[in-house]
Amino acid sequence: MTDGSLLDTLRGIVGSEHVVTHERQLATYASDGLLQYAVTPVAVVLPGTAEEVAAVVRACHEAGTPWVARGAGSGLSGGALPVEEGVLIALARLRRILEVDVPNGRVLVEPGVTNIAVSQAVAPTHFFPPDPSSQIVCTIGGNVAENSGGAHCFKYGFTTNYVSGLDVVLPDGSEVSLGGPELDHPGYDLVGAFVGSEGTLGIATRIWLRVIPKPEAVRTLVAFFGSTVQAGEVVSRIVSEGIVPGAIEMMDNLSIRAAEGATNAGYPEDAGAALVVELDGSEAECETRFEHVKELCGKADSVRVAQDDEERELIWRARKAAFAAMGRIAPNYYVQDSVIPRTRLAEVLGKIEELAAEHELQVANVFHAGDGNLHPLVCYDGAQPGEAERAEELAGLIVKACVDAGGSITGEHGVGVDKKRYMPDMFDEPDLATFQRLRCAFDPDGRANPGKVMPTPRLCGEVPGPYRRHPLEQAGLAERL
Amino acid sequence: MQVAQAPATREELCEALAAAGESGTPVRFRGGGTKLGWPPPAPPEATELSTAGLTELVEHNAGDLTAVLEAGVPLADAQAVFAKEGQRLALDPPDGGATVGGVVASGDTGPLRGRYGGPRDLVVGMRVALSDGTLAKSGGKVIKNVAGYDIAKLFAGSFGTLGAIVEVSVRLHPVAPDSTTAFGEATDADQLSRGAAAIGQSALEHHGIDIRWEGGRGAVLARFAGAAPRPQAEAAEKLLRAEGLATEIVDEDEPLWDDQRAAQRGPLVVKVSSLPTRLPKLLRAAAEAGGTVVGRAALGLSWVRFEEPSAAAVERLRREFIAVALDRPADLDVDPVGPIDPATRALMQRVKERFDPAGVCV
Repeated sequence: MTDGSLLDTLRGIVGSEHVVTHERQLATYASDGLLQYAVTPVAVVLPGTAEEVAAVVRACHEAGTPWVARGAGSGLSGGALPVEEGVLIALARLRRILEVDVPNGRVLVEPGVTNIAVSQAVAPTHFFPPDPSSQIVCTIGGNVAENSGGAHCFKYGFTTNYVSGLDVVLPDGSEVSLGGPELDHPGYDLVGAFVGSEGTLGIATRIWLRVIPKPEAVRTLVAFFGSTVQAGEVVSRIVSEGIVPGAIEMMDNLSIRAAEGATNAGYPEDAGAALVVELDGSEAECETRFEHVKELCGKADSVRVAQDDEERELIWRARKAAFAAMGRIAPNYYVQDSVIPRTRLAEVLGKIEELAAEHELQVANVFHAGDGNLHPLVCYDGAQPGEAERAEELAGLIVKACVDAGGSITGEHGVGVDKKRYMPDMFDEPDLATFQRLRCAFDPDGRANPGKVMPTPRLCGEVPGPYRRHPLEQAGLAERL
Repeated sequence: MQVAQAPATREELCEALAAAGESGTPVRFRGGGTKLGWPPPAPPEATELSTAGLTELVEHNAGDLTAVLEAGVPLADAQAVFAKEGQRLALDPPDGGATVGGVVASGDTGPLRGRYGGPRDLVVGMRVALSDGTLAKSGGKVIKNVAGYDIAKLFAGSFGTLGAIVEVSVRLHPVAPDSTTAFGEATDADQLSRGAAAIGQSALEHHGIDIRWEGGRGAVLARFAGAAPRPQAEAAEKLLRAEGLATEIVDEDEPLWDDQRAAQRGPLVVKVSSLPTRLPKLLRAAAEAGGTVVGRAALGLSWVRFEEPSAAAVERLRREFIAVALDRPADLDVDPVGPIDPATRALMQRVKERFDPAGVCV
């Protein structure tokens, strides 16, 4: 519960101008990038320093008030959706780059620094590899919370591979330092446990990032095929030849049409699939491998090779515009983020097509083809009665088809509030209870981003005592299965 | 330590652990037995629980570059299977007999870490047994997945103190068709470090930059692998030469790297976590304490080896560096882990209590 005294305390910490309580202003923060959900918090607090973050969290802890941390609010799983009786802690003012150490490949940032700003700070020689499509606006704090990926993570890895240290404000307001600029600090890898925890373990206020030298050469092509199955076969051949492209992305006909309409990038609108392949690395290595990729694309209807940066940018423009361009197909869309083992691609796409037909809806598919991360975009018209519900049901069945194929409910968007209902499709009760152990070690009162990730609310309680056999087991009358 | 038990299934291992939890008997997990001396000694009443019965390579999905393995599979056996498809699990720690579970639990790595990361980066899913009889999984078997907490990272490097790793899903990588190494020698620590840094900060896509340092002389090794590694190796050699190192290109480079790996073991080996620019300082500190060094220069990780173990040597390194004692004589009076900030340690303790409520995993 939040009464006036907590608000007064918060104003005392950050200044009245940084505590938002007016209804209209609060509306700005009611949703994150997933607009299907909206909740108005009691207040939005905008601390300006790590110390203020700690004081705000401590005040919430003392008042027994839940809170949600928010970066740019660009997340696509409702991870930064506020809680009604709680406080939203917006970290936009913590946007200082505190240290740039190129010789050691390290940058120390506050959580509100944008993803692109890190690469800009170490340009032109180095870059920060995780590159979510929202990288111009999304923040490092959000990337840490979601373990963000991007188009280049098949080769380079995810946010978790590029964070070496964190200063964290725990949910009781205390501060703790995990890892540091160095790798392999002694003790448990709590940095690894924290990254991707979706804001449920605390707030990172200072983040040590690893940056790496920019590759010497980049080669990009887009090949057009009659079908996604044909394009998928080429992906498999590229990977089985031992080639690890910097990025390998696929779009189906519906997304090609939408993206081409929006960007005029020159994608043929009758193509069944577009495959963007980008190799990076040393000149010699790229050249050799790129020739090989071109050969493997021999059966494509046409292939366009980027001759310069401008053409490369044009090829990418269509791919990056795919989500936004969906407005040309339908007024609304619902994006999924499932992952499948790449070799099951043809089978799963067939299943998606079948399900879409059954639901009388269109599904456009955009994938990070190297790592099997699908983004099926379920198109619908929210103004038509029942269509939104049908779209949601279809999206759920697609997720299930991916899990059944041995995949995951989310590759990079996070579970948040949107996918928590699918968690039991992937995890059994003992698995979920094991996740909760980590949560309880950090946040025994469950006040950090409550209602996210886990499918049902859970309490922590005291640390349980040692396991004891049930009397029936002791008597040999029953066995645990 | 009590007689080793080697349950035949993960369920049986879980039951044995639960029984130990119930009776309050400390448990020490054992894989290949190659690093038993690394954690603090187990109490005498402890029982040893071995993964020797968990040796199934459950899945090798060559087309997806993933695999699922029980913890007791010897790493070398797994690599032999993956190699048939031109693939490998990119972990190359020194011990021949180590198991997959043991390598993950110890977080042990070799030169490949520079390119592919360590166990924390390559394990995509994990099944664990806990002291209250829980058998649980996290992650999955696809390489990209953010569903649920990353329990595998917590257990990687935890030395079995949270519970037993019984199965892991891993990402595999293709083995490069060819490799070659640019090699440069120097007798000056600063010069050596500058050579390593020149390559590390260049756009060259290396498969590991190592250094070695012994008795006032040392070498930089920069490995390149792929379809056409030679031009990169030549470019690296040029960088080393520009820093004044005596250089050559070694095409048959495997023995060089085997030597690097081997030097990570010894009577006393201290692993130092630092940063690339502090390498000269470390080389001097190690020499002063009587040690020799091998290291992953671009990662800032080094292994300092002492032929004559002493607590003073460890303390000397700790004056300036984060230093963890790995191999060491059982009777060496030294805290292997070294100082951890009290607030961080308290949080680690809370994690330990939640995962090992019986407090028996030692």
